[in-house]
Amino acid sequence: MRPKNESVRNRGLAGRESAPRALFSLACLVCAVLFLFVPSLSAQTKNSCLDCHSKLDPPLHVDPAGVAQSVHTQKGIVCTTCHGGDSTSDDMDVSMSPKKGFKDAPTRAQIPAFCAKCHANAAYMRDFNPSLRTDQYSQYLTSIHGQRLAKGDSKVAVCADCHGVHDILPPNDPRSSVYPTNVAQTCGKCHANAEYMQPYKIPTDQLALYNGSVHHADLVSGDLSAPTCSTCHGSHGAAPPGVASVVNVCSTCHVFQAQLFDSGPHKDAFNSMGLPGCVTCHSNHGIKHPTDAFIGVEKGAICVKCHDVGEPGYEAASKIHAALVNLDTSIARSREILNRAEQAGVEVGPALLDLNQAQDDLTKARVSIHTVELKSVNENVDAGLKVTETTYKAGQKALAEALYRREGLIISLVISLLVLLGIVLVIRKIESKPQE
Amino acid sequence: MGASANLRNWLDERFGWDELMKFVRHKTVPIHRFSYFYFLGGMTLFLFGIQVCTGILLLMYYRPTPNGAFESVQYIMTRVPFGWLIRSIHSWGANVMILTAIAHMFSVFFLKSYRKPRELTWLSGMVLLFLVLGFGFSGYLLPWNMLSLFATKVGTNMTDQVPLIGHWMLVFLRGGEDVTGATLTRFFGIHVAILPGLATMFIGLHLLLVQRFGMSVPPSVEAETKAHPEKARELRFFPNFFLRELMAWYVVLAALGCLAAFKPWELGKKADLFASAPAGIRPEWYFMFMFQTLRFLPAKVGPFAGDLLGVLLFGVAAAVWTCLPFFDNSKDGRGKRWITGVGVFALAYFVGMTLYAYLV
Repeated sequence: MRPKNESVRNRGLAGRESAPRALFSLACLVCAVLFLFVPSLSAQTKNSCLDCHSKLDPPLHVDPAGVAQSVHTQKGIVCTTCHGGDSTSDDMDVSMSPKKGFKDAPTRAQIPAFCAKCHANAAYMRDFNPSLRTDQYSQYLTSIHGQRLAKGDSKVAVCADCHGVHDILPPNDPRSSVYPTNVAQTCGKCHANAEYMQPYKIPTDQLALYNGSVHHADLVSGDLSAPTCSTCHGSHGAAPPGVASVVNVCSTCHVFQAQLFDSGPHKDAFNSMGLPGCVTCHSNHGIKHPTDAFIGVEKGAICVKCHDVGEPGYEAASKIHAALVNLDTSIARSREILNRAEQAGVEVGPALLDLNQAQDDLTKARVSIHTVELKSVNENVDAGLKVTETTYKAGQKALAEALYRREGLIISLVISLLVLLGIVLVIRKIESKPQE
Repeated sequence: MGASANLRNWLDERFGWDELMKFVRHKTVPIHRFSYFYFLGGMTLFLFGIQVCTGILLLMYYRPTPNGAFESVQYIMTRVPFGWLIRSIHSWGANVMILTAIAHMFSVFFLKSYRKPRELTWLSGMVLLFLVLGFGFSGYLLPWNMLSLFATKVGTNMTDQVPLIGHWMLVFLRGGEDVTGATLTRFFGIHVAILPGLATMFIGLHLLLVQRFGMSVPPSVEAETKAHPEKARELRFFPNFFLRELMAWYVVLAALGCLAAFKPWELGKKADLFASAPAGIRPEWYFMFMFQTLRFLPAKVGPFAGDLLGVLLFGVAAAVWTCLPFFDNSKDGRGKRWITGVGVFALAYFVGMTLYAYLV
C-alpha cells in the first residue's frame, strides 16, 4: 500500500513537471494575442482610406469620429473588410487597386446584397454576435421596399437609409437611428416627406399622427416596449398590414381585446363590410388613449358612426356607456370620501386597497366592451359596484369616526379644564391656611 | 375606629406608614425664579408612565414579525376600539418624552444642578437619556413601514463606522448583515424587555439620588439666599408642589389628546425589503442634528473617512458631555464659564442643525 501522502508528493512533482508546459502555453497565448491584435493595431495606426476620405468633400467625405464609434469598427471590421483594397498604402493606385480586391462603393440597388454578404451569413455573424438574426436580407426581399427595389425603384429604403453608412451604431444604442424612440423619425424621413412620397400616392401624415398617439406617449415616457412603426409593420420585411391581418398585428400586444372581439358579433359584421378590425374604431397611426366617451351614443362616440337610433347596437352602446360611467363615478365618489377621511386622520388603508379591486373591475369592464355585449360588461361593472358600495360605507364610517374623535376630544378637554380649575382651587384652599 | 383608620394602623404596623407620611409632609421644594424647570423631570417621568401603559395595551395586539407587524398596527388603528388613540398617544408621547428629557438635561446643565455632590444624579440622568433615545430608535422600526425600515438601515449602518467593533455591533443590532425580520424581532425584544428593565432600574436610582441630595438651587439663587436668608422660600412637596406638577401633567395629556385626534401618527406603506429607498429618508427629529452633520462632512477628511470621523466626534462629544460635572469643580460653586460656553454651543448646535435639516 502506498503511503497516504505519496499521492500528494506525486502531485507536487507532477506540478513541477507541468511548469514548463504552462510556460509554453502562456507563450502560445501571448503569440496568439499578438497575432490577432497586431494587424488591427497596424490598421488603426495606418488607415490611408480614412486619411484621404476624411479630407474629401461629400459625397466622398467620411467622418472619422462616426467611423470610430460605429459598431463595425468596434468589432474590428475596417474599411477594407467591405471595400477591399489596401489601407496601408498612401498610393491611391495601390490602395484602391482592383488587384488588391478593391470594390467601389455599391450603388443604392446593390446595397442590400452588399450588406447581406456578411449579415446573411450565419456562420460569419456567429463570431461577432451568435444571437443576431441573419434573415434581414431575405425579409427585405419580401418587403414593399425590397420588391420595389427589385423592380428598379431606387428611391425606396435600403439598409443605409435607416442604419447609416460608416457610422452605424448598434440598435440598443440610444443614439442609433433604429433605437425604439428614434424609429418613427427614421421612417418619417421618407414617409413624412410629401414631395418624396408623391409618386407612391400614399398618405404622409403617419408620423404626425403617431406623434400624437398613446403609443408614442408611452414610448417617450420610457416604455421601450410601446409600439413604434416597426412593431406593427415589421422592420426589414416592412409592409402595411392588410385588412384581415390588422387584428393579428394588434393582438400581439392586446391579446384579450382581440379574443373578445373574435367572440363578439362585430367580427363577422366587420368582415362582411370589409372593415379592418381594430382600426375601424381606434384608427391606426394616431391611436388615442381610449376613454368611456368612445363608446355610447353621445357626441364623440364611435358607435354612432355605424349604429342609428332604434337599432339594438345603438341601445347596447348607450347602456354599456352608462354602466362604465356609473362604475367610474362610484369609484371616484368612494375615493373622494376615503381621501377626506384620511386627511381627517382616520386610517383607511384597507378600504383604499379594496378600491383597487373596483378599479380592476372597471378595467376588465372596459376590456370586455370588445364583445359589445352588455351582459359581459355588466358582470364586471356589478362586481366593481359591490366593492364601491362597501368602500363608500367605509368612508362614511371613517368620517363619522373622525367627528366622534373631535367631539370626544372637546369633551375630554372640557373635563381636563375643569380638573385643572379644581386643582387650582384646592391649591388656593390649602395655601390660604396658615402653614404648620 | 373606622375602616380607613384600621387600614392605616395595619399598614403602619407593617411598613411604618406614619413614618413615611411624616417624611412626605416634611419634604420641600425650593421656590425661586427658576422653579418652573423643576417640572421637566416630573413631566418626563409622567410621559414614561404613559409610554408604559400605552405600550402594554399595544402589546395585546402587536405581532413582531415581518408578515404581521404592519398588519397588526393597521388592525390596531382601524379595528381595535380606541386603538388609534392608544397608538397615536404612544408615538406622540415618545417624541414629547424625548423633548422633555432633552429640555430637562439642558435645564439641569444651565442651572448647574450637576455640581458636587450631584454628579451621580447627572450621570444616571444621562444614562436615562441614552436609554430614552434607544427607546425611540428601537420603537421606530416596529410598525415595519418603508420609512422606518430605511431609517433603521441608515441608523444601524452608522455603527459600522465604529473602529474595531463597528461591524460586530452592526451584526448584533441587525441580527445579520442587513435589516430583516430578524432585526424586527431583535428591536422588539430590546424595546419591550431590555430597555424597560434598564430604564426602571436607572429611574429608581435617579429618584433615589434626587431624594438623597434634594433639589439643587442655582448658584445665583444660592448666593442671593446667602446674602439675604430671609428671602429663602420653600414649598411643601406634597400636596402643594405635587398638585402643580399634576396640572402640568394634565396639560401634557391634553396636548397629546389633541395631537392624536387631529394628527394621528401615520402608518405609511408596508416595508418592502426588495424596494429601493424612498425619497426623503431621514431619522426622527432628535437624531437629525447628527444626520445633518454627517451629510455636511466630505467623503474624506484627511486620513479619515467622513462618516467615521463624524461617528468618532459624536462618540467623544457624548463622553465629554456626560463627564462635564467632573470638570466643573470651581471653588466658588458658580461653575466654570467655559463649561457654560460648551453648553450654549451644544444647545445652539443641536437646535441649529435640526432646524437647518428641516428648513433648508
